[in-house]
Amino acid sequence: MTQVFVQLDQIFVIVKYWLLGFVPAGWQPLVSAIVSVVTVVIAFPALFALVTWFERKGLGRMQNRYGPNRAGPAGLFQPIADAIKSLTKEDIVPLAADHVVHFLAPVLLVTAAFLAYAVIPVGRNMIVVNLNAGVLFFFAVGSVVELSVFMAGWSSRSKYSLLGAMRAIAQMISYEVPLVLASVVVIMQAGSLSTVAIVERQAGYTGIWPHWFVFTPWGFVGFALFMIAATAESNRSPFDLPEGESEIIAGYYIEYSGFKFALFFLGEYLGMMATSGMAITLFLGGWAAPFPFLAWIPSYVWFFLKLLALIFGFIWIRGTLPRLRMDQLMNFAWEFILPMALFNMLVAGVWHFMPPGIPRWLVCIAMVATPCILLSMRLKRKKKLQLRTYQFAE
Amino acid sequence: MTASFLILALLTVAGTAAAMGLRNAVHCVLALTLGFAGIAALYLQLGAQFVGLAQIMVYVGAVAILAVFAIMMTHKPGQAEASVFSSHWIAGGVVAAAVFAVLAWAIASSEAVFQLLPPQPDVTVQKIGDALMHRFVLPLEIMGLLLTAALIGAVVIAMDRKEETK
Repeated sequence: MTQVFVQLDQIFVIVKYWLLGFVPAGWQPLVSAIVSVVTVVIAFPALFALVTWFERKGLGRMQNRYGPNRAGPAGLFQPIADAIKSLTKEDIVPLAADHVVHFLAPVLLVTAAFLAYAVIPVGRNMIVVNLNAGVLFFFAVGSVVELSVFMAGWSSRSKYSLLGAMRAIAQMISYEVPLVLASVVVIMQAGSLSTVAIVERQAGYTGIWPHWFVFTPWGFVGFALFMIAATAESNRSPFDLPEGESEIIAGYYIEYSGFKFALFFLGEYLGMMATSGMAITLFLGGWAAPFPFLAWIPSYVWFFLKLLALIFGFIWIRGTLPRLRMDQLMNFAWEFILPMALFNMLVAGVWHFMPPGIPRWLVCIAMVATPCILLSMRLKRKKKLQLRTYQFAE
Repeated sequence: MTASFLILALLTVAGTAAAMGLRNAVHCVLALTLGFAGIAALYLQLGAQFVGLAQIMVYVGAVAILAVFAIMMTHKPGQAEASVFSSHWIAGGVVAAAVFAVLAWAIASSEAVFQLLPPQPDVTVQKIGDALMHRFVLPLEIMGLLLTAALIGAVVIAMDRKEETK
């Protein structure tokens, strides 16, 4: 019986090697790479289509409306209708635009977003390349996105798109620092930059409790900081200033239409899912099951369940929180998240050198909670926070 | 010399050449970024993962953005896009060719080129980290202090200007 579950777990790996059996030995590395890449390029856009439906349905439910409900059962074919619509729409390029750069910007964005999936293990033995410096690769690829945002904003020759690009780049640079610093604690503890090694370090259970990094004081804080920074990196609400509809319409991709617009949309969601995948790898045990008695469920199922759970978190936050102001955004990054991430590194060091036991937990929780409270008080000072009275609505 | 090396070398040379030749300053920066990315890919091909990825992070992610911002802050709108070629380009070309010839001659006549290279040590990111944290910890700290001082200096300059306008 267990043999069946092992085979089910490894079914994609088995199929890949079965396919490789048909090609001559000299071509096998190339074909192996192509098979892995094509799988990623098909699977994640398919998930993107599902997520757009999920997001519209979820937001609709939170805002007391139905969401898409015409195409297919429960509006499930809405993404297909959207895709056909954006494919058939006219591709308008502004007359003054820089045509080559205007064309290259969405291409670069989507390429960089896809490259990030190369180092995310989606299941046991399921990773495109197991790089020695996988986490570093992920952040290096992520930094290319900023350039494509600039290219889009600048080449459109529109004030709104340039303003949106400026906002986006300022925000991405500010939040990239805490994003990297929040993941440094995991690298310190795992002693490796390889994503596969990081997942392996989180394997095993104490009783039914998994050894995930999120279940430690520094890991919990690191995860929270990572997710906040990830929300800002992927330009999602409440950090969606670069595309604030009520202020600068759509930000840096305002002058894009048709399929290029869809590519920006795709790139943004791919980026969000890749960062969530990284958060799962770093803090949530990767593809491991949350309880030992559920370990028979295939590893890739757990990865995608965790991914959908995190995406639901993003949707929930988008449906709940209002947009921040630019100064609030920057103050939050530099006065709260960055010092907190630095403190967290210190806590991770203390955790590493203290002997395991209750005292280690107490010391580390105190060391995490104190700066958190002090920094929030500092952020709150000189601000009159009171219950808002509504004049025109109840 | 493999095919991938040739492609990457061509990409790097084409990018940097375009960075010198294009008329629009932003295009130049984008072309230069292509050159940076090509160099990073060459590092990766040589197995130097840390250097290659750091090159992408620093040069493509930060330096290119800094350069385009600097151009946009200083560029006057409506300014005619003048040719970037100096009128003394023949003299410059001769000097460049002469320097290249001397360097090439020196390298070709050196004995070191024909000696067998020792086997490359397998440098992993972990080894680089160990070296930075043990043997080179003092230089690392000094670099960190220098960069922090530069950062604070930049903030101070930016703040002073704000008070003057008030």
